[in-house]
Amino acid sequence: MNRENSGYTIIYASVMVVVVALGLAFTHQVLSERQTANVNTDKMQQILRSLNLDVRAAEAQVKYTGLIKNAYLVDDEGVKVEGSEGITPDDPAFSTELGDTQAKGLPVYEAEVDGSTKYIIPMSGAGLWGPIWGYLAIEADGSTIYGAEFGHAGETPGLGAEIETAGFRTQFQGKNLFRENQFTSVAVVKPGQSNNRRDYVDGISGGTITSKGVDNMLLNSVGEYRNFLMNLHTANQ
Amino acid sequence: MALSSKTKAVLLGPLNKNNPVIVQVLGICSALAVTSKLEPSIVMAVAVVLVTAFANVIISLLRKSIPNRIRIIVQLVVVASLVTIVSEVLKAFAYDVNKQLSVFVGLIVTNCILMGRLEAFALGNGPWPSFLDGIGNGLGYGWILVVVGFFRELLGSGTLLGYQVIPQVLYDAGYQNNGLMMLAPMAILLVACIIWVHRSRNKELQEETN
Repeated sequence: MNRENSGYTIIYASVMVVVVALGLAFTHQVLSERQTANVNTDKMQQILRSLNLDVRAAEAQVKYTGLIKNAYLVDDEGVKVEGSEGITPDDPAFSTELGDTQAKGLPVYEAEVDGSTKYIIPMSGAGLWGPIWGYLAIEADGSTIYGAEFGHAGETPGLGAEIETAGFRTQFQGKNLFRENQFTSVAVVKPGQSNNRRDYVDGISGGTITSKGVDNMLLNSVGEYRNFLMNLHTANQ
Repeated sequence: MALSSKTKAVLLGPLNKNNPVIVQVLGICSALAVTSKLEPSIVMAVAVVLVTAFANVIISLLRKSIPNRIRIIVQLVVVASLVTIVSEVLKAFAYDVNKQLSVFVGLIVTNCILMGRLEAFALGNGPWPSFLDGIGNGLGYGWILVVVGFFRELLGSGTLLGYQVIPQVLYDAGYQNNGLMMLAPMAILLVACIIWVHRSRNKELQEETN
């Protein structure tokens, strides 16, 4: 068989592409269930970390269903969307992505820790190299931060990626999103600097753009929940 | 199992005198990118060993049928599918590590060592030697990554595999982590240091100077 023949080349390429496509599609099909389960577990771990609980993947599901009492969507006015309640991965609160224009509202998770209710809201924003995201657990007063969790797609290890570390996250505990009934969010400032108009935490040295990204995320992404938080704030002061 | 001297050379050569990174200077790009911590370095090394070994075997099995004009494309398709499979498997079974490596797994496709070995070795040798050649070159790349990752994490973060190894006493006495270690330029300096040590021990590798 002449290997340099154009017909042979074309057939060879076509067969190869079909075989490879089938192989990859098969691999994906076989593994996709496990992958989705991993993604869901990972999300539960993140939500739990915002409650300052570091749980291993194997225990995340149990812990999550034990602590999260309710989850639902809220609209721009901060009012619960009818029929959106439910905490399982198939329910709208869990499956709704932030920034989805088709979404019926913004997801909120209600957790009960030691008898008091915490509200957990997801956040998303942009870091230096790619997306960053996080979860913020807020006390029933709608202002005090109970815990925070951050994640990123590809920030520089050792620099921007440090936003994931407990050292950075725990700084947020006890900070206030509201000042004199105004939503100010929490600022991320260069270490050593201060901000007298807003509550603030130290950013990451050498991770200035990522820290700025977190700052913007806290302002914009959390800002979308402004009315929801305001309602809590006025109701539970 | 006793290996013949030829198989031994194929398997062990790339670990030392024929090292892809420090002698042939291939695959430098990812060696700089993933080595700021030890764990991703190790996983990356394992992934590259697997991909080079199996890509070599597959191309070696196909070598008599591949049309010469599209051989690079065939090689790319084989490598890209293997990398996709590795990435899918990592997503399903080692989700956390996959998150750390993020884009770098996909970037194995562009690793020059792979294409280099396929072109230079697998196209002209049988499956078994090709397999050993792939393992050898993967390991040759891998041990450099692990050494660089070790020093970058140790000196840059004071940790190894995420565990604190530099005692707090030293920090209290004024020791500081070297932030420069976290940046790619330090990786290239570390690779250069390895090359320096390696060449001074293997005089025959030194270039003639006039």
